[in-house]
Amino acid sequence: MTGPELIAAAFDAAREEGRAALMPYMMAGYPDRETSSAVAAAYAESADLVELGIPFSDPLADGPTIHAAATAALEAGASMDTAIEICEEIAERLPVVFMVYANMVLAHGGAEEFARRALDAGACGAIVPDLPLEEAEPVRAAFDAAGLALVPLVAPTTPAERRARICAAARGFVYVVSTVGTTGERDELPAELAELVAATKAEAEVPVAVGFGIGTPRQAAQVGEIADGAIIGSRLVRAAEEADAAEAVGSFLRETRDALVSG
Amino acid sequence: MSAVEERFGPYGGRYVPETLISALDELTAAWAEAREDPAFRERLALLHRDFVGRPTPLYRAERLSERVGKTVYLKREDLAHTGAHKINNAVGQVLLAQRMGKPRIIAETGAGQHGVATATACALLGLECVVYMGSEDIRRQKPNVERMGLLGAEVVPVEAGARTLKEAVSAAIRDWVANVATTHYVIGSAVGPAPFPALVRDLQTVIGEEAREQALAAEGELPGRVIACVGGGSNSIGIFTPFVEDAAVELIGVEAAGEGLDSDRHGASLGKGTTGVLHGSLSSIIADEEGQILEAHSVSAGLDYPGVGPEHAWLRDTGRASYVSVTDAQALDAFKLLCRLEGIIPALESSHAIAWLLENGGGDGYDVICLSGRGDKDLAEVLSL
Repeated sequence: MTGPELIAAAFDAAREEGRAALMPYMMAGYPDRETSSAVAAAYAESADLVELGIPFSDPLADGPTIHAAATAALEAGASMDTAIEICEEIAERLPVVFMVYANMVLAHGGAEEFARRALDAGACGAIVPDLPLEEAEPVRAAFDAAGLALVPLVAPTTPAERRARICAAARGFVYVVSTVGTTGERDELPAELAELVAATKAEAEVPVAVGFGIGTPRQAAQVGEIADGAIIGSRLVRAAEEADAAEAVGSFLRETRDALVSG
Repeated sequence: MSAVEERFGPYGGRYVPETLISALDELTAAWAEAREDPAFRERLALLHRDFVGRPTPLYRAERLSERVGKTVYLKREDLAHTGAHKINNAVGQVLLAQRMGKPRIIAETGAGQHGVATATACALLGLECVVYMGSEDIRRQKPNVERMGLLGAEVVPVEAGARTLKEAVSAAIRDWVANVATTHYVIGSAVGPAPFPALVRDLQTVIGEEAREQALAAEGELPGRVIACVGGGSNSIGIFTPFVEDAAVELIGVEAAGEGLDSDRHGASLGKGTTGVLHGSLSSIIADEEGQILEAHSVSAGLDYPGVGPEHAWLRDTGRASYVSVTDAQALDAFKLLCRLEGIIPALESSHAIAWLLENGGGDGYDVICLSGRGDKDLAEVLSL
């Protein structure tokens, strides 16, 4: 199966269980290589898909938690190779979607070379948070040719007409950014989110997942009521810092999965 | 209305989070309209004349000319209000933000010149001002931090990375992502996502327009060479632009070679860079082969940046401008020399342009050098070396 097909199958399987898909994020190589593998293994137990962050020096879309994790991962020696290895560890059990900044896709052989490496590692696709619609075409063409999904983002500030064009070019799923701002936990999800998700679902032929600001099982369940998937990042990056990281992320994910089921 | 350029050859573009796209569209439309609106242009021209002190002189530097064996003119941006060309852009953008109804201004600053200029423009026009500055730069540039405070701006220390300009830009962009409805980001150089490179160039082109007219009036012919330092590249693009169509005029940008181009401590994004994305545009940047952005180095904080404006990358590729570099040591020597020869204390940034001239005198015609700022801010740094 191609990347987009594997992603679709993962959303379908969750839907058949009557719940939204659970897509946790992790930073490759954070807090260190070994713990990162343990976190990946814990994700494979409870998640439906995994969003795997490739550490980058200048992550503009990320708030303080993930920014600091990227800096620490790089200082601990993490690289593109680390992300490839972690991807290989997870990909046999779950679809992996990279979260990677544009410069790392364009550097070093360009999008074709990135797609080749991602495909070899078993990845299904990538989210490139600083590659908006107008810049995405060459990368999407390279991904399409390789059978990888280039997952686009929709924000609360995206005008309706533009949102329709983004949905039309979507592969894998559409990533709805819940709040205006960078990644990170929030006390409340915005009231307008349901409307944004409904509008996006009406326009997209692929599933719609929500990320940014989801930090509790209750918030994930709220998102599960309106969207096809919930993405959890900063909260789990914090959990990965605990002494028993695998247990910390594992218990949070089990709790969140239960909340999505009963949601 | 003519379109505001988003690309310069393959360079430029808008590599930013989706959240910012509608604000960039709004800014592009507002600038396309404002730059052709006679009322806006008149207001800006009056502020240039009465507040900034434009036109700045084109000064024939006699003793420097004698030293290098040809006639040299200095475009005296150091005499503009707040002491550097940065004020041209800051006043223009804050005026534009006011026109767009944005009550809050954010900016980044390295050495503090752009922060002071933006704080000044905000005080003038009564807008709230927040300036992001690396904590290492705050330590090095205390007087400018105090100036911004006096002008009513809030200076927010940035602790990430090397705690210098690159991280300050990132922090400002993150603030903008979160507060985009109420806030305009006054970027300080001809970098960033479109329309910023074109917007900043348009606002700095006043340097070149004045210089071209003044040079023709003084010499009756165009200069042989126009020389300016290049960090992000705003003073250089400002003075180059009106000469681009004058094919016989050589355009020379001088980058920071820091401790040497063969060391890993330099700021030569064009001379030693690779094509990549930094802070929202595709340009020539200093990055490793995986795409991680590297720290730049220069004795001058304004050239200590691992990227450069996308239009410069295109001028380099097309061969219309050439880009050279000088080391920290050469720039420091030129700094001291200009103080003694001309009674002008230049900014360390501008000293790079002087330093290149000192080693490359002679030839036909005469030269115009952009003296982008004054060096008072650099005294502590220079005297400590």
